[in-house]
Amino acid sequence: MLSKRNLQLNEHGELHHLLAIEGLPKRILERILDTAESFVGVNEREVKVVPLLRGKSIFNIFFENSTRTRTTFEIAAKRLSADVVSLDVARSSTSKGESILDTIANLTAMHADMFVIRHASSGAPYLIAQHAAPHVHVVNAGDGRHEHPTQGLLDVFTIRKYKKEFNNLTVAVVGDILHSRVARSQIHALTTLGVPEIRVVGPQTLLPTEIERLGVRVFTSLDEGLKGVDVVTMLRLQNERMNGALLPSASEYFSRYGLTPQRLALAKPDAIVLHPGPMNRGVEIDSTVADGRQSVILPQVTYGIAVRMAVMAILAGATR
Amino acid sequence: MSELTELASAEALFASLKTQMASSIAFDAKLVGVYSGGAWIADRLKTELHGEHEVGYIDVSFYRDDLSTAGLKPTVRSTQIPFSVEGAHIVIVDDVLFTGRSIRAAINTLFDYGRPATIQLAVLVDRGGRELPIAADYVGEARLVAADQMLALERSDEGRFSFKLEPWTR
Repeated sequence: MLSKRNLQLNEHGELHHLLAIEGLPKRILERILDTAESFVGVNEREVKVVPLLRGKSIFNIFFENSTRTRTTFEIAAKRLSADVVSLDVARSSTSKGESILDTIANLTAMHADMFVIRHASSGAPYLIAQHAAPHVHVVNAGDGRHEHPTQGLLDVFTIRKYKKEFNNLTVAVVGDILHSRVARSQIHALTTLGVPEIRVVGPQTLLPTEIERLGVRVFTSLDEGLKGVDVVTMLRLQNERMNGALLPSASEYFSRYGLTPQRLALAKPDAIVLHPGPMNRGVEIDSTVADGRQSVILPQVTYGIAVRMAVMAILAGATR
Repeated sequence: MSELTELASAEALFASLKTQMASSIAFDAKLVGVYSGGAWIADRLKTELHGEHEVGYIDVSFYRDDLSTAGLKPTVRSTQIPFSVEGAHIVIVDDVLFTGRSIRAAINTLFDYGRPATIQLAVLVDRGGRELPIAADYVGEARLVAADQMLALERSDEGRFSFKLEPWTR
């Protein structure tokens, strides 16, 4: 089987599929961020469209629902002049028993050039990339607990916008690290870009065992974990985690791990707060913080479009 | 057209281009340089020409027609048009005019910002080889360049221009 890294890069070392941040060299991450910078300018114009991907067909296939991510991928594709089709797979052939690979083969027969895949199972985009026709590109839009690479990229893009450099930062990622593909992608991106100190903060039950192997410092106290940081990423606490044995209740979680103005004051005065959305106000984040001057949560959404345009443009220009 | 046997003096071509433009362009014509050589030339024209010439910059990467064969350029600069294109007199500035495809892309870029009154084209060198019906209004010099060669503009720390002949890469 091809290694993950080989699968993502073509023989010229260019990005052919975007499946995970892990294993991508720094030059590729920086190229995506630099290209996204130019797309920010396009998105601020009255005419927010460039003709770069005219004639290309992009299929968004969301085996798991996510209105926001699907919408931003759609907008990104449309602003590149691609033809974009979004499939609500829950309501289509797979519910009639068609396999993923048959779905992909059928769409490829319709001359698809790129697939954007969201799936509840880790590794599903790899399976598709392994079987895709050579000219077809695959973008992972979130697979199980594994990775959400475009989210990780838009996180580091936002951090770079506000902090300029990575090599002097301390970043805290707070919350449900165990189930978070966002955390995994962000940690890999920050590490590759040279962030010297990454902290993960959360209750023991929501921290993966051996997380230290990613080169992060582990904190179970939020107050301790926030001291002196430049960037705080709050993760969404999924409601279904409450029902199991992992957590007592939402209010208990908020009292120990919710980001309040008092706690944020422990970070550097110019620290920024990120959240991948959707937010649970009063569970992982206080409204005062979410709407406050240190919050960059809405700029993340705006930059997310430019980052996804950059990924699609770079992929579409790579040949195999 | 004479064949380029020795490197053209880019400074002499710039002086010639400037003289032609000085007697013809509108007092408030906007100068739009195509990255990277054209941007340098536009910057110098702004300071050395009389008049009120605002300057913009275009990276044509997002408007090129060869993505499928050539891919996206490794470094894409940000297009900056800091003035209203609507009704403006614009001069696109580039170092070398060859196939005309970059200029086609630059014109399309401008039209996504508005409807200019006029667009003209100023280049240091017209090397022939057009693939589109595009002609320059101001030309430093028309010189043939061998098909496997590329004329690259360079700028010294003091801002002076020179040309270098390189093997054609793409």
